[in-house]
Amino acid sequence: MSDVKKIAVIAAGLSQPSSTRLLADRLAEATVIDLRERGIEAEVTVIELRDLAHDVMNNLLTGFPSAKLDEAIAAVTGVDGLIAVTPIFTTSYSGLFKSFIDVLDPQSLTDLPVLLGATGGTDRHSLAIDYAMRPLFSYLHAVAVPTGVYAASADWGSGLDSASSTLPARISRAAGELAALAAVSDRSSRVTDPFALPEGFSPVGSFGAQ
Amino acid sequence: MQFGIFTVSDVTTDPTNGRTPTEGERIKDIVTIAKKAEEVGLDVFALGEHHNPPFFSSSPTTTLAYIAAQTEKLILSTSTTLITTNDPVKIAEDYAMLQHLSDGRADLMMGRGNTGPVYPWFGKDIREGIPLAIENYSLLHKLWREEFVNWEGKFRTPLQGFQSTPRPLDGVPPFVWHGSIRSPEIAEQAAFYGDGFFANNIFWPKEHYMRLVGYYRQRFEHYGHGTAAQAIVGLGGQAFMRSNSQAAKAEFRPYFDNAPVYGNGPSMEDFTDQTPLAVGSPQEVIDKYAGMREHFGDYQRQLFLMDHAGLPLTTVLEQLDILGEEVVPVLRKEFATNRPAEVPDAPTHASLVAQRDAALAASAADAPATV
Repeated sequence: MSDVKKIAVIAAGLSQPSSTRLLADRLAEATVIDLRERGIEAEVTVIELRDLAHDVMNNLLTGFPSAKLDEAIAAVTGVDGLIAVTPIFTTSYSGLFKSFIDVLDPQSLTDLPVLLGATGGTDRHSLAIDYAMRPLFSYLHAVAVPTGVYAASADWGSGLDSASSTLPARISRAAGELAALAAVSDRSSRVTDPFALPEGFSPVGSFGAQ
Repeated sequence: MQFGIFTVSDVTTDPTNGRTPTEGERIKDIVTIAKKAEEVGLDVFALGEHHNPPFFSSSPTTTLAYIAAQTEKLILSTSTTLITTNDPVKIAEDYAMLQHLSDGRADLMMGRGNTGPVYPWFGKDIREGIPLAIENYSLLHKLWREEFVNWEGKFRTPLQGFQSTPRPLDGVPPFVWHGSIRSPEIAEQAAFYGDGFFANNIFWPKEHYMRLVGYYRQRFEHYGHGTAAQAIVGLGGQAFMRSNSQAAKAEFRPYFDNAPVYGNGPSMEDFTDQTPLAVGSPQEVIDKYAGMREHFGDYQRQLFLMDHAGLPLTTVLEQLDILGEEVVPVLRKEFATNRPAEVPDAPTHASLVAQRDAALAASAADAPATV
């Protein structure tokens, strides 16, 4: 097993710079620090979905990714931990975020530790992490850590140590949960066979071969 | 090396004038296009099978038999025959019939189809797509090779002492290709039987298909049908040509931009970079396709999609003139250059009969004399 763990970050913010990217960077930094405290180095790749927006839509229309998108997909699926952060639009993850998830092979996130993050104007939408994002990653058989981190605009002005539920405290707790799972993941060093046949497959079928 | 055309049989509005041909016009046009293919020296005409508008080709053997009656050398094939939702018994009968009527100029390509509701329309479950393709073909293979078939499977009623008629022409079944765009199971199936594998690579980047074809070649060798280089490979292609590149691009762009499969998606330039689509001068098309053997190895059949997306008949016929007169003759020379002697041509009825006779003679020579 490699000593260096790979972490990918998806930021689905639409403006540049975005508070979504800001939160994503904070989560990534905290994860790296936590892993380092465990004696593990981390390599972080950040994917800003805005840069891939046209490629994602073309993939939905044609069924195949451009070279640039293919690289991003490989970067997201072949890691030991994923930090997925989206703005909350109209009660749920953004369309761009979901479109990117839709072009992934549904099996490709299996076993992947994921930290869920979201941003919004007010804290009224903070449960969107749990009613929208979490079921999505459950369906994909990813392992979402218990703490999701939602940052409303007001959170960016809260103090560091006023209470345990401040944004920095939530970031630190969630990053610790992700780091614990990423530390023992071997996903980034796995070799998968794209032509692996299903177990028990026979070219003549299980019936009619008598 | 065989060159030909394949059609999906779409009835599509011409985006340049808003005119939509009737089904009747497109059906007659397809016959004209197939006859033109023979006239310009192409080897193969392949027709798709669909069961929903805007496609007309629900009954390929009817169309192909009608074309067979009006042509002499053209090989009639399919792109594809739905091995999942058709009864394999009916496929055995229909294509043996076509084989007789066309004097052995028929082969076919198995596919699973790309329209989900076809499965329930024909009483099947789409989640069983691969098992259906595997079991149905297993029965079809048997029906063409054994006189009386006793069979029991999961997906159709059992057979006792069933003989499909007519028997294959000269006792030799039509050659079968298996088409797949992503399933290793189908590549495995094609390799197991020593059948052909057709990668319809026209809508996706070549790298994916290079791996899939490579896998099929390796498995073909594994199952003892010859070396990997001797496996029978076919590829899809797509081209639009005018004497100069700018004219070709300008004329084809509205069809590209509105095409059912990739319209309103990537730019034509991106798509031609990423896929086998070639839009330009005949020389540009030659250059792109002459390079295919570098990626896929020496192969046996190259089919071009030429008549889709609302292109008018006159344009399609002009395209076939250019393809047959300027492109394919050059490609034939290019592909023949340095082609290893061990690489076979695509099997034809004549070659399969000769192969069968040689095998019979060899086994007769081996057998002890009985006087």
